Amino acid sequence: MSAEEKQNSQTYQGSNSIEHPENEKDVSEYIRRFYKSGISLELIGSGSKRKIGKPLQCEKILNLSKLSGIIEYLPTELYIKVRACTPINQIEEELKKNKQQLVFEPIDFGYLFLGKSDYGTAAGHVACNISGPRRFKVGSVRDHVIGFRGVNGKGEIIKSGGNVVKNVTGYDLCKLICGSYGTLAALTEITFKVLPTPNESETLVVLNLNLDSAADLLAKALSSSNDVSGAVFLPNEPQSNDYVANVEEIFSLNDLKHASSYTAIRIEGPKNSVDERIQNIISELNVKNNDNSILKTYQSEIFWKKVKNLEIFSSAKNNVARIVLPPSYCTQLLHHLEPSKFRYYVDWGGALIWLEICELTEKIFEDIRKKVVQCGGHISMIKLSDYLPYVEEVFTVNKNLYNISQNIKKSFDPKKILNPGKMYTGI
Amino acid sequence: MSNLVMPKVDQVLLSKKDTVIRNLKKIIKAENIIDSEDETRPYETDAFTAYRQKPLAVVFPETTEEVSKLLMYCNQERIKIVPRGAGTGLSGGALPLEDGILLSLERLNKILEIDYKNRCVVVQPGVTNLAITQAVQNQGFYYAPDPSSQIVCSIGGNVAENSGGVHSLKYGTVTNSLLGVEVVFMDGTISRLGGKTYDSEGYDLLGLVTGSEGLLCLITEVTVKILKKPQAVKAALIGFPTVEDGGNCVSDIIANGIIPAGMEMMDKVLIHATDNFAKAGYPRDAEAMLIVEIDGTETEVTELIEQVSKIANKNKSSSIKISNSDNERLKFWAGRKAAFPACGAISPDYLCMDGTIPRNKLANVLTEIGKLSKKYNLSVANAFHAGDGNLHPLIMYDANDKKSLEKAEKLGADILKYCVKVGGVLTGEHGVGIEKRELMCEMFNDNDIQQQIKIKKVLDSRSLLNPGKVFPILRKCVEEGRENVRGGKTKFPDIPRF
Repeated sequence: MSAEEKQNSQTYQGSNSIEHPENEKDVSEYIRRFYKSGISLELIGSGSKRKIGKPLQCEKILNLSKLSGIIEYLPTELYIKVRACTPINQIEEELKKNKQQLVFEPIDFGYLFLGKSDYGTAAGHVACNISGPRRFKVGSVRDHVIGFRGVNGKGEIIKSGGNVVKNVTGYDLCKLICGSYGTLAALTEITFKVLPTPNESETLVVLNLNLDSAADLLAKALSSSNDVSGAVFLPNEPQSNDYVANVEEIFSLNDLKHASSYTAIRIEGPKNSVDERIQNIISELNVKNNDNSILKTYQSEIFWKKVKNLEIFSSAKNNVARIVLPPSYCTQLLHHLEPSKFRYYVDWGGALIWLEICELTEKIFEDIRKKVVQCGGHISMIKLSDYLPYVEEVFTVNKNLYNISQNIKKSFDPKKILNPGKMYTGI
Repeated sequence: MSNLVMPKVDQVLLSKKDTVIRNLKKIIKAENIIDSEDETRPYETDAFTAYRQKPLAVVFPETTEEVSKLLMYCNQERIKIVPRGAGTGLSGGALPLEDGILLSLERLNKILEIDYKNRCVVVQPGVTNLAITQAVQNQGFYYAPDPSSQIVCSIGGNVAENSGGVHSLKYGTVTNSLLGVEVVFMDGTISRLGGKTYDSEGYDLLGLVTGSEGLLCLITEVTVKILKKPQAVKAALIGFPTVEDGGNCVSDIIANGIIPAGMEMMDKVLIHATDNFAKAGYPRDAEAMLIVEIDGTETEVTELIEQVSKIANKNKSSSIKISNSDNERLKFWAGRKAAFPACGAISPDYLCMDGTIPRNKLANVLTEIGKLSKKYNLSVANAFHAGDGNLHPLIMYDANDKKSLEKAEKLGADILKYCVKVGGVLTGEHGVGIEKRELMCEMFNDNDIQQQIKIKKVLDSRSLLNPGKVFPILRKCVEEGRENVRGGKTKFPDIPRF
């Protein structure tokens, strides 16, 4: 059935109908038609991250999940080219065969939204540009997308980048596309840079530290030459609710039985080197023997998977926010919050806070946002509770850049038909 | 391209030069403006020396506010601006325009803040790349991206070009180390993109302006990540009887899960030229030579260098030397880092090309370059950032002979077209500039280029910032029938393209 026939079919006639293009040409034809008639559309893949960003009210849904499959994978060239909605676990499985990985650690948001895995598609991860614990060392999704093809809001097929890591030919549109929440183009193909998976991953878990000592320890570890690839603090507070019990249950590993706060530092690489670095850190940071556990590869991998997938918040009924800020402001911000009303953990050595806000009011939210912005950071509401209080902007709007952002949007999508308002009102 | 076509010169503006200079003097100090024939001569070209043009004037603002006022004035008066850092660019990105003002950022040259707590440094754009490392090395830190010109090139220019260097395989290019910038847009607006955080929300304008070659904004402040120096570094110098063997060794190292800090290859012509020049002790009988540098802990470095040697042996290496000291390691690099002056010593002039190719196509590409070199009767030496596939063929020619330059340019264009044909790209780290402008159609079709031009118009609606660079001016794309002409109207008719 051609796109035209599909549009004339009954499915199309229905309100809020879903279209399932099968290839790039289809996507282009649909969008070209919608552009002509000014019909807004929501782009979805598997829908795993559909709740991130502002809720959409579009006339049509363009489900791109049929654009799936690995196009080309050359392990020694360190790239994999996939159709946009290839499931991310299919990509990871394929890479595993050659001991390679997507080094930015895509987050499985299923635990946050559904309480179980729902890993999503390549395009979804690119659209959100949210990366796991290794981010401070290796970069984000945006640092690993080396090429894409997509369809802009006029239905034109556009591309940027290529299959090689080092490329400065023309503007780097890959960067603009990453984190644009589908507001600039419908992605059809993505090329990721891939890297070898280290042989070993070990984690030094220091027990019983409070926030300040933990932040200090993580900062020192990151300022050492030990090539740390994970630095997280899981507090054992607030004691007054089930959060601590949840942390204990989720991280009940053989070598981590002791109920405590956990300050964890990950080292990855060849076996001997990893052991050497762990010992270096212990001596450089004066960590006492009875106050720590060392997780060897098997447990270490489980530990970080749970951290990256936000399993701590898998039972969260409340609002969950993501705060990115300069690491030196982390403790200051957290001390500003009233302990009983928040649950949190700190990642990226202090540069990222995941925060569950138990009772969200507009005043509380604006107060936190103001403080975060003062610290030079931003806050995004990632999950909004079902009893949604009114939050005007789920992301932080940079007023100085709003006009430019609006015009960038128009340069891709002049009638603003692609995911309109998903990020910010009017964009 | 020897008869370089640039945007049409605004004769009216040229006739009003005195008024323009008078007005500029109201914005910045008189001593920070030069416009005489003799004074502007040093600024008539950057490191892509094949083309020269004196600007209307050169201005040296000392503050962001001055940059903003200059741009606001030029935007109102429709005067073109060409930004310039240290002038080390290799693609002509800072080539002045006859009717344009060359805006040099060399006097914005202060290190503003060293923030060890957040592991970053805030500097003005005129600070040299190496000065950042020098400012933090007493605490054991360094700034990773290290283009070969790092002693002189400025960080602002590095951001504008998204420069690489020999360590970009492991540590990435500028875009991966950059946290934030302060920019001034053509209308004079001062904005901050990014900051001291790892991620920013909204469209990634920081990523967009990085590598935009001075076409979108002026960069007036830069915040970069710094890293702690690795505990140990060692390098292996490996000779191979054929280029194929060298290429296979590179792929094999990566297939074994090793990501060296640097992995550089040179062909026989360049081995001889650099060894003559720098006495680096290179294997002169080899057809190809590889420098593999590994960093990390002592144990890791020793183990991995051992593994690399085994892999090299398996790939028929003819010689292997492992550095026993930092001095010896630096000696290995001395030749490679002197590749340009070494070529200068064997040929009056050279053009340095900058394609990136899939690594496994190296042998094909070098064979093709050999054929083309014979066809055009010009010798070519090849340096290759083997880790990331970035190939620098150095084409020897004589600039005093116009035909020789023409031939060299044609040869260069043929090489880059071949790079694209095998799945590579036109430029890995030097930028498009004027040099590769007309080749953009080899990689991009009209939709792709129009999308980029639309973004340019968002930030510089009158096309006053560095016009004539990056986008094709000649009618090539149109001839190939890719231009959509509707109702006789082209898109953005004011962008010169014929």
